Amino acid sequence: MLQLDQLRTEIHSSQGIVVAVDGVSLAIQPGETFALVGESGSGKSVTALSISRLLPDNACIAAGDVRLDDASLADLPESEMRAYRGGRIAMIFQEPATSLNAVMSVGRQLVEAITTHTELRGAAARAKAVDWLKRVGIAEPERRIDSYPFQLSGGQKQRVMIAMALATEPALLIADEPTTALDVTVQKQILDLLLDLQRERGMAMLLITHDLGVVSQVADRVGIMYAGELVELGSKAAFFSKPLHPYATRLLGALPDVDKRGHLLEAIAGSVPPLYQAFDGCRFAPRCYSATARCRGEIPPMYEMGGGHGVRCFAYAPEAAVPLVLPPLRDIGAGRVARQLGDKALLAVENLRVRFPIRSGLLQRVSGHVDAVHEVSFSLRPGETLALVGESGSGKTTTGKAILQLLRGTAVVDGQAMLGDIDLMRAGKAELMRARRQMQIIFQDPFGSLNPRMRVGEILAEGIQSLRPELDLAERRRRVDDLLEQVSLPQSALTRFPHEFSGGQRQRIAIARALAVEPSLIVCDEPTSALDVSVQAQILNLLKELQQQLGVAYLFITHNIGVVEYLADRIAVMQAGRIVETGESASLLTAPQHAYTRTLLAAVPRVVVGEADAEVLLPA
Amino acid sequence: MKIVVLWTDWVVLLVLLGTLAYGWKVMRQPHLAVTWRKAFNTATGTSAATVLAVFLVIGLLDSLHYRPAIAGKADAYATETRSVLDDILHQQQTGRERSYSAPLAYQGYEKEATVIDGQATRAYLRLQHGGAHLDQPEQQWAADVLLRTLAGVGLGLLVAAAATALAVLLLARKRRQGLGVAWRSLRRGQVGFPLRAVLLTLTVLAVLAGVMAMLATAYHVLGTDRVGNDLLYVVLKSIRTALVIGTMSTLVTMPIAVGLGICAGYLRGWVDEAIQYVYTVINSIPYVLLIAAVVLILMVFIDNHPDLFPTSAERTDARLFFLCIILGMTSWTELCRLIRGEVIKLREAEYIQAAQAFGVGTWRILLVHLLPNVMHLILISMVINFSGLVLAEAVLSYVGIGVDPSMQSFGTLINTARLELSREPTIWWTLATAFTFMFSLVLSANLFSDAIRDAFDPRATHK
Ligand SMILES: Nc1ncnc2c1ncn2[C@@H]1O[C@H](COP(=O)(O)OP(=O)(O)OP(=O)(O)O)[C@@H](O)[C@H]1O
Ligand code: SF4
Ligand SMILES: [Mg+2]
Repeated sequence: MLQLDQLRTEIHSSQGIVVAVDGVSLAIQPGETFALVGESGSGKSVTALSISRLLPDNACIAAGDVRLDDASLADLPESEMRAYRGGRIAMIFQEPATSLNAVMSVGRQLVEAITTHTELRGAAARAKAVDWLKRVGIAEPERRIDSYPFQLSGGQKQRVMIAMALATEPALLIADEPTTALDVTVQKQILDLLLDLQRERGMAMLLITHDLGVVSQVADRVGIMYAGELVELGSKAAFFSKPLHPYATRLLGALPDVDKRGHLLEAIAGSVPPLYQAFDGCRFAPRCYSATARCRGEIPPMYEMGGGHGVRCFAYAPEAAVPLVLPPLRDIGAGRVARQLGDKALLAVENLRVRFPIRSGLLQRVSGHVDAVHEVSFSLRPGETLALVGESGSGKTTTGKAILQLLRGTAVVDGQAMLGDIDLMRAGKAELMRARRQMQIIFQDPFGSLNPRMRVGEILAEGIQSLRPELDLAERRRRVDDLLEQVSLPQSALTRFPHEFSGGQRQRIAIARALAVEPSLIVCDEPTSALDVSVQAQILNLLKELQQQLGVAYLFITHNIGVVEYLADRIAVMQAGRIVETGESASLLTAPQHAYTRTLLAAVPRVVVGEADAEVLLPA
Repeated sequence: MKIVVLWTDWVVLLVLLGTLAYGWKVMRQPHLAVTWRKAFNTATGTSAATVLAVFLVIGLLDSLHYRPAIAGKADAYATETRSVLDDILHQQQTGRERSYSAPLAYQGYEKEATVIDGQATRAYLRLQHGGAHLDQPEQQWAADVLLRTLAGVGLGLLVAAAATALAVLLLARKRRQGLGVAWRSLRRGQVGFPLRAVLLTLTVLAVLAGVMAMLATAYHVLGTDRVGNDLLYVVLKSIRTALVIGTMSTLVTMPIAVGLGICAGYLRGWVDEAIQYVYTVINSIPYVLLIAAVVLILMVFIDNHPDLFPTSAERTDARLFFLCIILGMTSWTELCRLIRGEVIKLREAEYIQAAQAFGVGTWRILLVHLLPNVMHLILISMVINFSGLVLAEAVLSYVGIGVDPSMQSFGTLINTARLELSREPTIWWTLATAFTFMFSLVLSANLFSDAIRDAFDPRATHK
């Protein structure tokens, strides 16, 4: 039904012409779900935008064709294209908040979509809108129809978006990361909903995602994109039972899970090449263990491996095939200090309660409090990793910040937190400084956690300067050099600014900064959730090695169950500001006691690898 | 000769040094250099900057003051304070007529009482300076003006050609290309910097200046005012006043707005409430009243302390200085509010929290982490403010509470033009001159600030 034929999309940017999509051919049948997978910047979104012809002004389809049934969309005039868009093709975007009109009630937006694309008018259209809201699982649709987008949660907004997309009764639905911004439980509901509706109306779906777990759950066919090209294409069963392309196998190897606990993850060193250059070899060659002279000098074509399974790699060439080299399995090197879990608690938190003041009225008087964290208690031993899991808004970050005393002045914090012999909540200035030398934090967003106006050297030295004023300049410089080495960054990084680094490198800088004062506890607030799987693997490896060598304890805040399984010794599950269950990682994951823990674990999309039903947990 | 540095001259010099220091810093900081290059990368932005630069040079020349020695006496200096610009425009300054004359005229604008052949009549009299070299003005005037205009155009083109040749030469040197190649890429606008636009602007400016210069040696290019002053001289002198008001008031505004804005946003609590209270109060006082009051107090003060201000130049300068300060003190609220909002957002940024986790002191967070990250806002509002202040001066002088009436400024010019427009025959050239110059100054400042905003405002790039 939908067919892409050697699609090539060019974007004119300041660096030159970016060929964001290069020679992509694929076909989607009615009723089929095609999943397009790839790391950030691989060209997934641009492919989707090319199909619906919603490309930015500086981009154009340079070659190839997009065919929907018999029409060729690539050279349709814009006026006819508009009829297709929203009529036969509907789109759902990643960020529901930005795709809805903030000043119109959702009902009006929905009714508008219905009246433009169907015969229904007036009360009938409104009834249909209510019906759609009910179908996408919004409770009390009659009341909700008059809500404005800001009155809805992220998941509800995404449901409204889906309702609007489906109300036009499209033949093809393009969903670009429809669940990435949502919690796992909501993600599961939305994916189930999409699948139900698809089955019911025989709609074709192009699902764009970077999450192999989601693919494994919902796709019929899979396409792997790398640097603007499709590198592997096949049915879901064929792909997951035997991924062919070296990139695909290594992506799967980079996923953290319980089986890989003993050794390091398969991090793919290097990064996706910039797309404004011309390639004269395999684009994956610089990162591929099997790469040979042929790979570097010749562009691999798509080889057909039977059953519609294609792969763009010389290892599968009929003649003169490149031998595949397996990546070495890396063990965690023996550290300087053997990892030891002390008996005495490093951090003991008891009845932690955090309330944020609500200000209102003309004078911004405090008129009440919202409780973000209620009576949370846990303890952490030296060198241990405690994972704090839960959905967004459950109070994980607030707990971390309250312990680090970053909420003084903004929130009311009660309870007790002992770091060694320091009573954090009641610590005075000097004591707090002493405590700060022992505990540090790594944030989620590697782009927001480094001051863009400071050089990396200054960023690293700042903490030492503030907390270890006794060290002189030379000593400080030596420490900074050591830090860079610990996180494997070149010395040249010192004089550069954060924006000159990739996301993974920035997260390394943030880790180095936290290590600068040799803390015994690091609060890791979702340190990998903004990163691609292969980069996430690099960072997780680094954290694991550092723990081995330095014996730091981690309070690891995350919603990613795969990471938890790989890293955590113990797990605490948070829901709505309360810890509902705590336990050793192995027992909690295999035999969850609390109902919420069970729901959470069940919602995690799992990759099913191979015929042998070895289940692998996946990052959500 | 005794060099005189007026208060506002100090300010001009400090601003110049500050700008140079900032430029040096920009060159060494790659991210700043990139953004600034972006600001200069649009044809409009650079052209506007070129025009602005010409205004700045004129203002600068007018800020180098001295008192000439009285001939024959050691250690005695004239009471009159002159500037380098006065020397350049010496002919215009001294070539005074009796009264009004139209641009390029050779005779007065109105009939004057005179004695011709022993009879008292009223007639159009020849000007003392404008067109005085013509014997038969009726026949020669048109040809003379045309000739001078052409010569001026030629001169301007010559200068422009020289500038272009220099640019090509430098370009070829820098890129190690042949001159021909460099010229072709310059002509096609392929040098990665809108050099072509700059050169075109320069050409236009050079031609205009050439024509003016050629005509000015013999005529009053823009006419004369009621007491016969050459308007070209007056309007060129006004530029410094406008620039001083624009920059100095901004300089007064900045520390107040930035300091209070950052403190309010970061410290919150009672500090925030107090600062908000102050700017709400200031905002609700009509600023014209405030300024009028201060200017009146100031005039009384100056009159009572003649010893502090020995020359009239110092008196007018002091008035300008304080006018800038009071203008600055009343116009910081907008920027303060802007910065407070931005800081409230930034204080939740993770790098600020990381600094807090290191126990970094409040002052250091304010100065090292917050200030550099609101710098773009400061810069943008500084350039936008500038033109607003130039306009404000015009308004204030118009209502009579601006600069000293004896000081040349756009405001005083417009104020006189108001009266002249209502008389018969109308004197149109004062207003036209003031309008043209002020318009080009404010417009180029605005266009340049747009370019800066586009380069520095991250949100603008999404458009
Ligand atoms: N407006 C644009 N201007 C310049 N380059 C762009 C633009 N949009 C996308 N690109 C480039 O095109 C390439 C593909 O981008 P695309 O958005 O399709 O990636 P993606 O696979 O969807 O990534 P993500 O997982 O982060 O959404 C990237 O190299 C990107 O930098
Ligand atoms: S073609 Fe060569 S370099 Fe590319 S993926 Fe295959 S083996 Fe690796
Ligand atoms: Mg995308």
